This record gives sequence, C-alpha cells and structure tokens, in this order.
Amino acid sequence: MIFWIIVGWVGYVLLPWYMVEDGLWSFEWLFNGYPFDEDFAPALFLIGQGEKLWLAPLLIPLALPILLLGKPKSDPIYAKILILAGALGFGWLIAQGFGIGIRGFNFDWLKALFGEPKIRQFGMGYGAMLCASAFLFLLTQGIAARGAVNGDVFVVSAIGGVITIVTAFVFFPIANMLFSAFVTEDGAYSVSAFASKFFDDRLWGLGCFWGAKCGAAWNSLFLAIVVGLITTVLGLCFALVVTRSGLRFKRGIRALTVLPIITPPFVIGLALILLFGLSGSVTVFFADLFGVQPSRWLYGMPGVLIAQTLAFTPIAFLVLIGVVEGVSPSMEEAAQTLRANRWQTFRTVSLPLMRPGLANAFLLGFIESMADFGNPLVLGGNFDVLSTEIFFAIVGAQYDQGRAAVLAMVLLFFTLSAFYAQRAWLGKKSYTTVSGKGDAGVHPLMPNGLAIPVLAIATIWALFTAVVYGMIIYGSVVELWGVNNTLTFKHYVTAFSVRFEEEGIRWTGAAWDSFWTTISIAAIAAPLTAAVGLVTAYLLTRQNFAGKNAFEFGTMLSFAIPGTVIGVSYILAFNVPPIEITGTGVILVVSFIFRNMPVGVRAGIASMSQLDKSLDESSLTLGANSWQTFRRVILPLLKPAILAALVYSFVRAMTAISAVIFLVSAEYDMATSYIIGRVENNDYGLAIAYSTTLIFVMLASVGLLQFLVGRVQIGRRTQIGAERTI
Amino acid sequence: MKKLTNTLAGSLIAFAASLGAAQADKLTFYCSAQEDWCQLMARSFEDATGIDVNMTRKSSGETFAQIRAESSNPKGDVWWGGTGDPHLQAAEEGLTMEYVSPMRDQLHDWAISQAESAGNKTIGIYSGALGYGYNSDLLAANNLPEPACWKDLLKPEYKGHVQMANPNSSGTAYTTLASMVQIFGEDEGFEFMKGLHANINQYTKSGSAPIKAAGRGENTIGIVFMHDAVKQAVSGFPVKVVAPCEGTGYEIGSMSIIEGARNEEEAKKFYDWALSAEAQNLALEVNAFQVPSNKGAQTSESAPDMSQIKLIDYDFKKYGSSDERKRLLQKWDEDVSVLPQ
Repeated sequence: MIFWIIVGWVGYVLLPWYMVEDGLWSFEWLFNGYPFDEDFAPALFLIGQGEKLWLAPLLIPLALPILLLGKPKSDPIYAKILILAGALGFGWLIAQGFGIGIRGFNFDWLKALFGEPKIRQFGMGYGAMLCASAFLFLLTQGIAARGAVNGDVFVVSAIGGVITIVTAFVFFPIANMLFSAFVTEDGAYSVSAFASKFFDDRLWGLGCFWGAKCGAAWNSLFLAIVVGLITTVLGLCFALVVTRSGLRFKRGIRALTVLPIITPPFVIGLALILLFGLSGSVTVFFADLFGVQPSRWLYGMPGVLIAQTLAFTPIAFLVLIGVVEGVSPSMEEAAQTLRANRWQTFRTVSLPLMRPGLANAFLLGFIESMADFGNPLVLGGNFDVLSTEIFFAIVGAQYDQGRAAVLAMVLLFFTLSAFYAQRAWLGKKSYTTVSGKGDAGVHPLMPNGLAIPVLAIATIWALFTAVVYGMIIYGSVVELWGVNNTLTFKHYVTAFSVRFEEEGIRWTGAAWDSFWTTISIAAIAAPLTAAVGLVTAYLLTRQNFAGKNAFEFGTMLSFAIPGTVIGVSYILAFNVPPIEITGTGVILVVSFIFRNMPVGVRAGIASMSQLDKSLDESSLTLGANSWQTFRRVILPLLKPAILAALVYSFVRAMTAISAVIFLVSAEYDMATSYIIGRVENNDYGLAIAYSTTLIFVMLASVGLLQFLVGRVQIGRRTQIGAERTI
Repeated sequence: MKKLTNTLAGSLIAFAASLGAAQADKLTFYCSAQEDWCQLMARSFEDATGIDVNMTRKSSGETFAQIRAESSNPKGDVWWGGTGDPHLQAAEEGLTMEYVSPMRDQLHDWAISQAESAGNKTIGIYSGALGYGYNSDLLAANNLPEPACWKDLLKPEYKGHVQMANPNSSGTAYTTLASMVQIFGEDEGFEFMKGLHANINQYTKSGSAPIKAAGRGENTIGIVFMHDAVKQAVSGFPVKVVAPCEGTGYEIGSMSIIEGARNEEEAKKFYDWALSAEAQNLALEVNAFQVPSNKGAQTSESAPDMSQIKLIDYDFKKYGSSDERKRLLQKWDEDVSVLPQ
C-alpha cells in the first residue's frame, strides 16, 4: 500500500502531468523549463501557478490513505478509506480526462453549466498514468481488505488491472467506433442513418443468382464457411498423416506447415498470380497445350479461396495435431479389442473424440478468412468482401466512416455467432481421454480406405505449397517479374545495402528503417503480450470471482474483431485526450498486445489446466502468498505456454497488416505497410525480397526464443488435453 | 549500486549530448505521391534547409481520412502530392490552411486557378492527363485492333479486356467518370459508362492498378492517368500509351498546409521550396512523368506532351464538390454498377 501511495505522489508532484510531445523516451523536458514550464510541469506545480485547477481535487484522495499508515488491515475503516480514495481519484481522473479536451469542454451540458472558459488540456503523460495506476491499485487493495477473493491482494489487483486495460484498449475504442454507425452527416445521432447503411444492396444484395453481383456480407460469409471447411479437412489430413501413417517425410510436412504462418501477407497472392494469372506460367502452359484462350479465372472467389486455404491450413493443422495426438490410444485399442475393425474404430471412436479440435479448427479458419485483408485485396477481382469494403469505406473516395462502422458490426456479428455456434455444438460433453495414467500405447494406423485418399491429398497439397514457395524465392531474384527473368540480387541490395564508414555502419538500404522499427516493436510487444495473457489465464483457471464469464468474454473479444476494425477504432479513440497515442510507437505495441493476447490466454489455460491444483495448494499451505505461488511454482512449469505466446505474438507483430496500416506513422513505419507500398507500386521484386528476408529473420528469431526460454522437459503428462477451446 | 550510478551518469551525458541535436527544427510531412519520390523530396528538403523531416506515405484517400481523424489534434504539418479532389475537399471542410506563397508568379495558370478555387488553401504542384494504356503483346496475341479513342473501348471485341478502378474508391476513376460527363454530356456520358461496363473485367480498388496489371500481362487495357502508363513503359513493360481522340480530363496534384500545424513556419518553408523549379526537377530522377507546375522546371522526354493532348476545360470546382461527387457516384452505383456484365 505504501508503495502505491508513493507512486501516486511521485506522479502528482514529480513527473510531467501531460504527454511530452517528443515521445515517451525523450527526456528533453528535464532541461526545458521543468518544473515550471506549462508543457512539462507536474500537476502540483500547475496548480501552484493557477493553471489546470481541475486537477486540484485529486489531492484529497492522494492524502486520504496516508491516514491509514500504521493502522492494521483488519480495521474496518482501512478498507473503506482505501476504496473511497481509490474510486474517487480514479473516477475524477477519468471524468476530467473526458470532460475537458483540447478545445475546452467536450460536452454541451458542461458548457451550459460552466460557460465556455478558455481551458484545454492534452493527453495524459507519465504523471497522470502513475496517478491512475496508484488510484486503481489502492482501490483493489481496499476491495481485497474487505475480503474479496479471500482478501488476496495480488489476485484482486491483477483482476482490476486486466479489467482496466481491456476496458481502455478493447471495449472503449470498439464502442466508440460502433456509435459512429448511428451518426448522420451533420453529427446528430439517428437510427435511420444506421438503417439506410445497413439495408444496402452492396451489403445484402443477392444479384449473383441472376448474373449481377452479390452483397459483400454474403460473399464474406460464404467464403469463410468454405475456407473453414476446407482448411479443417486439409488440416485433419495432415494431422492424420503425421500421427497415424508410416510416411517418412513427417518432419518435412511439419516444416511446410510452419511456413505460411510466418509469411507476410500478399506474398502468397503474388505467387499465385505468377503461377495462375492471365500470363502466369501454369496458365500459359495449359493454354498452349490445349489451344484454349487463357482466362482471368483466378481473380475473384477462386483465387481468394486458394490463397486463404494455403495460408490458413497450417493453423488448422496446429490445432488438430494436438487433439489428434491427444486422443488416448487406449480408447482405440479398447474398440479394437471389442472387434471393431479399423474403419469402425476411426469413425465411431477417434473421429467423435476429435470434435473439439475440428470445431476449433473450423472456427479459426472462419475467423481468419473473415478478417483476412491482404489476399482479397490482391486477388479479389470483383468479389467484394467485408474486410476490404471496410478499408475502402474509410480510405476510399467515399470517406464514409458510418458505413465502415456498419460493415464492422456485420463482421463482428458473424464472427461472434460462429464463436457461439461452436460452443453450442460442443456442448458440455467431456472429451477428455487423457487421464494421467495408462497413456501408453501407439495410435493405430488409419484404415486403408482412408489412408490412401488422405495421403494423396496431403502429398498433393504439400507439393503445391512447396511450388508456391519456390516461386516466391524465385520472384525475389529475377530482374522484372514476368517480363525479364534474368537472375539478379539487386532487390536485396536496394533493400538491405549497408555502407561501412568511419563513424560505423550506415544502413543505406531502403528497407532498414521499417525493418528496425518492426523488430523493436515486435520485441517489445511479445513479452508484454505473453505476460498479460498468462496472468489472465491464471485468473481464469485458478480463481473464482464474480463476473468471470464476462471477464473471459472480454479478453477473447479482440480475437474475434478483425484487424481493420481495430485499426480504425484505435485511430478514432486514441487521437484525442485523455489517451493520446496515435503517431507513436506505443499505439502499435498496444494494438499488438490486445490483438494477440487471446492466444496467450488460450495457451496459458491449456497448460494450466494440466497442472494439478494440489501444487498451488501445497505452496499456499507452506505459507507462500498467491503471487509467490504464481512466480515460483506455476510460471516455471509454464515454459511451453510462455514460448508459444512469445513466438505467436512476435510473429504476428511482424506479419500483421490489417490494423497496422492505419496506425503507422512517419517515424514508426512497419515492414508490412512498407511492403504494401512497394506492391502498390508494381515493385514486386523488392516486396518479395523483403518478405523473403522477413521469413528467414522470423525463423531465426523463433529459434532464438526457443533457446532463450529453454526447452525444459517438465515431468508431467506430455499429451495435450483434448479439452482445448479457442 | 555502483553499476546503477554509472548507468545514470552515462544516460545523463547522453541526454546532454542529444540536447543540441534535439533543438533542430522539424516537419511532419504527409506524402501522397509514389514512395521514391516522397523519399527524395524529404531528403532533399532536409539537405536544402537542415530541417528534420518525418515523412509518411499514404494514398491521397488514406491521408485525407487521417487528417480528418486527427483534425481535433493535428499531427501533420504539410500534405504534398496526390490528386486534387481530396485536397479541395479538405479545403472545403476547413482542414487545411490558407497561404499565399511568394513563389506564385513562377507557376502555370492552372496551378494558380486550382489555388483560387479553394480560397488559397491548396495549390497545384503537377498535372497529369487521363488516358489509357494497353499491353501490346496481349493485344497482338488476341488479334485486337489498336484503340485510339474513348469510344473505341466500347467495341464488343474488347469484352473482358478493359480494366478501370472503382470510382467509389479511387480518385482516378472518379476523374474518369467526371471527364466522361463533361466530354459527352451527362446522359451520353452515362451511356458510355454503361457500354464500358460490359467490357470491364474488373473494377480495381486503387487508381493505377489497371495499368500495373496490364504491365504484368494480367489485363489488356487499363484506364489510368497517362503518366502512370508512361512509367510502366519506361520500366520495361510492353505498355503503349493512348491519348484519346475525343479529348480528356486531367488531375492537378496538389499541396496543402494542415490547419493547426504544429510546425507552421517549417511547413511554409517546405511549401515555397516545393514550388521552386529545382524541387520540381527532382521528379525526373524518380520517373515521375507528371507536368510540373513551375514554368521553369524541366519535363521528361518520355512524358506525354501536354500540348499535343486535347484537354477539356475541366471544372474542378463543380466536380470536386462533395455534393456533385455524391450525386454522380450514386447515379453510377444505381445505373451502371448493377448491370450484368
């Protein structure tokens, strides 16, 4: 408690209250008239000079907890005062932050009440942030002191912290964005504005049944369902090949499945154009062979479907492999002992037990396809989908933010419905077959009738993926793609040349700027993502508290929201005080944390549900508190989950595009948005050379992460429980 | 503890050292031209003035959206490049600032009339005429005649060979629509768009995409600004440029200072510099074949010769206004885009 009181006072008295313009890490303010200059002054000095008087009331909640020093926790006044001080301080901080903006009062009723004085304030800086966290944690300590969650300060604080940041960075921007669906052109709120945008033919038209175009909503839905089904089937084929066949190239297949995950967007689409486009090598070859006219069949639904299937099959595979391995062989052996043949065993025992995996794989494919932005952009042709429509509603010539918000709502509705459909389908049945004992045994081979088609499909698809990636590497070393096929390294040189001079290395290549930004942002975001994710997972699996379901939903929500929506909502919500972070690196880091956190949460939950609760209990019995238990007992056992979360968030931070494209700025340009710029410019050689480099960098970083975190074999069940849900 | 003191001392020295450098002037520069041109402008301005430039490149639509989103707290100072319509619209919405540059007497009339139509809130920096380009290899492979006029594109043999951007998402395509309305009159202009619709294989999202696809052999004819087509030809793609015989519309690439810019002085310096002949000559280094607005600036030999092209008297004020734009786009949506292809 003392710690947070001190933090609060430091934030109020010592650090600049408002955002320092030159960025979080510049300390110029120390020398420029601090502490009296209005731009850099701490709150106390501002009030002392008669400025920003609305910050003065904060002194009361800051002073209140000091009264408690020396009082025992059991004193009933202790909890009351802490709650009062925390709630008052936090509430007032937020109220003044939203109430007073750059141009004075933000709400008309405030103007009516107090007139329109010349007051203004910018975004919150260090001081305000410290104060806010101090109030928040004083509040949670107060709640803990009242006996919530057995009076466990760590748990209550963690819950409070996670709820606050999820509210600030997920709920607030999304709600803000969705409200704009109801805004008419002159700024009033109206339901009819929403209705006219919602019941639009471009959204729900069914023209494709009689030769015209269908609405984007139907297109997206249909595409996502097909992609979900195909990726699930293909993923299952690969999983079966790896676990239940005698094939010798299993390692190769596993490697192939990693590739698309670490491939920057657009690249697969570009390779497909090179192969199957109007002048693509395969198209031309077959056109010559059969004497038919080459066509543009790739552009539209078929192209997007192929590209998305290539890109998302590995995700389905990774989900399914755990589940397929997790079906305990003893079940299958039991079935065979009861004289079922291999086909019956597979159909009636193995397959039903894989249901959670199948549902998860489908859901992931569905959501990824819905949110995918790069492939429809390159290959979509006249096939409009929601994600690209949202983008062009905002950046296109129509500048229609309300329409974007309506489209985003439709998209969100689809993804959330899929989420609930999955839960309903799985129901409350138990799929757990791994019980900790007697896991021994070998999975039976697939029945022949199944093995042959599965092997055939897997081989063909693997070959296809290999060809596509071959094309990518080839594309990066030819002069001018499709026109002049002379081999050259000039694209790599343009992008990554360095010069050695007296002052040291000069990074002269065009790509270095965005490259270093990307690496550092990804490196900052990854551990934070893992931390937030694992703490949340810990709360969800190990603690019981009121509103846990809503809490879980909130933390998973950002996963179902497509990146485009996040990007737009962030720029709308965080360009104005109190949280003013557009144009900084912070907004990129924040967006990555909340985009990728759900994976950390899921990985954490999966691992933690395998750790017996008795471990925590014995630690608690021995006198450790829950923070010590978390740090000393649970965390070390979670290394695989930590690694998964780290790798995933690092890789996603380097390959994500849909949210990023709205958030990059002059100083913080990311690799993917740079690559898009090159693609837009027909400069495919450079774009692909850059992407290829990124692929290798990511492979190296994943290896490095594995080395750093360490691959400790933990003495526990090696199987992954079948109860995983995403 | 000693380690900590060392680190502290070290960082203090670092701050002190950075102080001198940090005092330099700076400029946040939103650029809507092609990437290498933007880079070159930024670096050359730094060299010329010593002002630090932070450059972001985004298409003119994206930049407009960003400036509007940031309007209550502007982050950018100057916006350079991109088609004139969003600049005019920004001027109309009060997002950009009035400024009369001392460089004006060096400019072509069209650049100044662009400024005057927007209350001096924007100014022309280059212009480019609309036209189309075709892939000569594909045209020959399909035994198609070489087109020369807008009306040629309506011929049934070009079915599935023509590409243009969607006017809803691209300024280029909106310029095309507005040009047809001005060349042929509104009724006949829309008849033309309907006829064209039957031959279109895809409405792309971005304005220059059709000619890029033509360059790569993914499309035969692309309706774009001619300088974009020239660029493809110069880069080695088999692209031929056509200035349609009926005459054609054009765009004026513009520049504006953002209202409430944090570095207003530097923005004005950039504005004046960007209108000078030396700054406009930089375009040639990056194969940008637009016609510069400074009378003294050089034009490329590969650039389409504006004096040979029949330019219509494009009414920027009328067709750049958001009401007219909305009306035409809605009409296009309802009458043209829904027709079967």
